[in-house]
This record gives sequence, structure tokens and C-alpha cells, in this order.
Amino acid sequence: MTRRYPNITSKLPAAIAILLIIALWQGLTGSGLVPSYMMPTPVAVVTALVTQCPVILMHACVTLQEAFYGLLTGILLAGIIATAMIHIPVLERAIYPIMVITQTIPTIAIAPILVLWMGFGMAPKITLVVLTTFFPIAVGLLDGYRSVDRDYIDLMRSMGASNTEIFFHVRFPMALPGFFSGLKISASYAVVGAVVSEWLGGFEGLGVYMTRVRKAYAFDRMFAVIIFIVVISLLLMFGVKLLSRAVMPWMKDSKA
Amino acid sequence: MSLLTASGITKIYDNRKIIENISIHLEKGELVSVLGLSGSGKTTLFQCISGLIKPESGSITLNGEDIMGVPGKVSYMLQKDLLLPHKKIIDNVSLPLRLRHMKKAEARKNAGEYFKDFGLSGTEMQFPSQLSGGMRQRAALLRTYLSADRGVALLDEPFSALDQITKEAIHDWYLDVMDMIELSTLFITHDIDEAIMLSDRIYIMTGDPGTIRDEIIIEEKRPRDRDFGLSEEFLKYKRKIREILSEKD
Repeated sequence: MTRRYPNITSKLPAAIAILLIIALWQGLTGSGLVPSYMMPTPVAVVTALVTQCPVILMHACVTLQEAFYGLLTGILLAGIIATAMIHIPVLERAIYPIMVITQTIPTIAIAPILVLWMGFGMAPKITLVVLTTFFPIAVGLLDGYRSVDRDYIDLMRSMGASNTEIFFHVRFPMALPGFFSGLKISASYAVVGAVVSEWLGGFEGLGVYMTRVRKAYAFDRMFAVIIFIVVISLLLMFGVKLLSRAVMPWMKDSKA
Repeated sequence: MSLLTASGITKIYDNRKIIENISIHLEKGELVSVLGLSGSGKTTLFQCISGLIKPESGSITLNGEDIMGVPGKVSYMLQKDLLLPHKKIIDNVSLPLRLRHMKKAEARKNAGEYFKDFGLSGTEMQFPSQLSGGMRQRAALLRTYLSADRGVALLDEPFSALDQITKEAIHDWYLDVMDMIELSTLFITHDIDEAIMLSDRIYIMTGDPGTIRDEIIIEEKRPRDRDFGLSEEFLKYKRKIREILSEKD
């Protein structure tokens, strides 16, 4: 109970700010100051969200699948590569620059190429999500591995531990906070990455739905999807937080 | 034959001699201090004895067995308690047993038997961050003890981060525990009072490269009264050590 109270007060300013923005939005659009074909009222957006719920959910199913498989592959790939890099310094020098370069390629530019190579199905979407989620996790994990105090390694060696034992008892658990801070960022990228790739070619998914309503000038629905995506991304980030607390109970009192 | 013997140890780093021709020994049940100013190479000497680094020359034996460059034979404890933050106290302490391929449940059971004697009862399932500095140091000492299956512990300034009162309490406690579990200890410190209070013998290490300048035997029997720290005899030892430490090469 003692923890709950400051938690609420710390989130109060953000809640007030969001409410103020919504109020301002409603004021501007409801009064007719901004015409409704340019910007729907919040009430219209919520109405669209409710009436279009079944359609949005159907498309969301596809998008979430792409995001999930992409994120999962991204995690596996990042885990393997970062772990290999920390053990084989030559590999780190060889791969790290390539990793950075992949991050500078604009997603918008690479998505159509991926569609060209892989078709209109899920494969190019998942690939794009892998490309966007891989980097933050790999870097987080690498930083985590590097942050391990040399003295812990010496201590383990003085107790006769092998390299494998040092990895599982010390390096890996100590890199987990870094991994989770990377995962938190990647989780928010995953849905957005999937949506962007759907925009640029596909038959279903939230991105496809968005391009359709955009062409129909149904901006209330457009905003409804945007809000839906924001909520999903926030939920995913929250899920990562819960997961990190479950996996790292010793970090309970910290804010990681 | 001494329990632990290091003779003629010389270690060079980047063409610079850190320690030169150091010979020390430790007998069973003894607590021997290596006292020296910062930078005299005390920690390098300990790293050599613990097998973490290999000296350029000399020999190190434990019970007559050559242990030079072989880690895992004598246990080593640093100033930082180095408890793994992600492991519960019982798992931190039983780690040396796990590294000897003991099953987790068995290692926990074995380590758990010492918790009472080490004043750690009730902390088994806590994480290190939930313990005070003194308690963490006790847990680290228990881990050191459990990794010292041959009864030798190297302690590198283990108490220097503690406040004076906690330090005195943990000194008394350590000497008790040491006798109880028949642990022989080689102890690094830069604190003259601590060295005189705890040790059977004191090696004084000075210079660059570090060498053993002198060996002082403390005649007063252990365990020593707090009042010993205020006695004329204590001050005599202290004066002598200060003189040696401030002598120029």
C-alpha cells in the first residue's frame, strides 16, 4: 500500500496532460474551428473504434502474428549473435559495423524491396520486424555482457569455474537487465514495423486497413486504428516489464 | 612442512617488476597478515597464490603440491563481497559446491548447515541487496570457507569497507569462526591496528617492486582483548611497523 500511493501521484501529471490534449482536441474540432474532414472529434474516433472493432481485431490478429514471430526471431538472433560476439572478439569487430549499418537503412525504403523479394505474404513483414527489433536487443545484451565486473570473473576462476560455468552463473544473468531494456524498445518497434511493412504491400493487417480507410478519407477510422496501435504497443511494453520482474526478482526495487 | 609456501615469487607486468623474490609461508591454524602501503604489490602476490596469474619465477606449494598457476585450490576473498546479485544468499554461498558438481538441493543443504554458526540464519532466501554490509561480508566469508576445501583462505582487505564498530565485531567473530572450522588465513591489509589485533605474524611489504621488508611475530595470545589495542605492548608493535613502513629503500 505504501508503494501504491506515490505511484499514482507520479503518474498524475501525465494523465492530466493527456486529458488536456484530448479536451483541446475536442474543443477545436467540436466547435468547428478545425473542419471534421481534416480532423475528426475524439468522440467520432471512439465511436469508430467501437463500431469497427470486429474488423480492426481481425486485421490486428494478422499484424500481431507478424510482430510476434518477428520479435521472437529478433530475440533469438540477437541472443545468438551477441553471445557469439562477446566470446569471439574478431566476430564483434566484423559484425558490429554491419549491425549499425542495418539500422541506418530506412524501413520505408527497404519494405517494398522485401515485398519484391518475398511476395505479399507474411515473410517480408516478419523480416522487417526482425530487422527493426534485432538491434536494440543485441546492443542491450552486449552492453549487459560488457558491464560485468572483472572481479566476479576472477572470483569464479579462483573457485575453479570453467568458462561455461562463468557464463551461466555470472555473465548471462548479469546481462539480463541490459537485454530487457533492449526488449522494451524492440517490443514497441515490433508492431510499428509490421504496420509499416503492411502499408507498402499486403492483403490484410492493420497497415492494409489503414491504407484503405485513408483512401476512403475515413479519418475517424484512421485515428481509431492509430489509437489501437498505441494501446497495443503500450500493452506489449507493459508485458515486457512484467516479464522482466518475473525473470529478475532481485531487481524488484529498481526501476529497470 | 608448511601448509602453504610461496618462495622466490617474482611477477613482471609490461616489462615492469611488480613484486620481486617474495617468500612467505603459512602454518595450519595461523592467521598471517601481509601489511603494506597501497601499490606495494600485495594484491598481485595474492593473485599469484590463488592461481589467477602465473608468476615469472618462484614456486607455490599447498601441502607439498605444486599449485602455481592452478586456480581453485585456495579460496580468495576480495574487499568487495562480490555476492552475485541475482542469486539468493543460500545459492551464493553454495556456489563453490555447485562448481564441484554437487546437485543444487544437496549444495543448499550442505551450505545451510553453516548459516547458524556464521550468524546468517534467516537470510537463506534473501537476495544480497536485502542484507547489510556486515551480513553480506559474513555471507562472502562463508562462501570463501566453502570454497576452501583445503583449509586455506586468502583475504584481500575484506573488512576495509566496513565502519570501525562493525569491523571490530566482525574481527572477533572471524577469529572464533576460524578456530571453529580450522581455517588458516593469509590476510592483506593496510591497516596497522587490524594487522596487530588479528595476526600471529605480520609480513611487511614495501617498495617498488614490492619485497618483504620484515616479519613481525605478535607474541600476545589470540583471542586478544580489546584492551590489548590500548596497551603499551600494542603501541610498541605499532611504532616498529610504522618505522619500517616509512624507511626509504
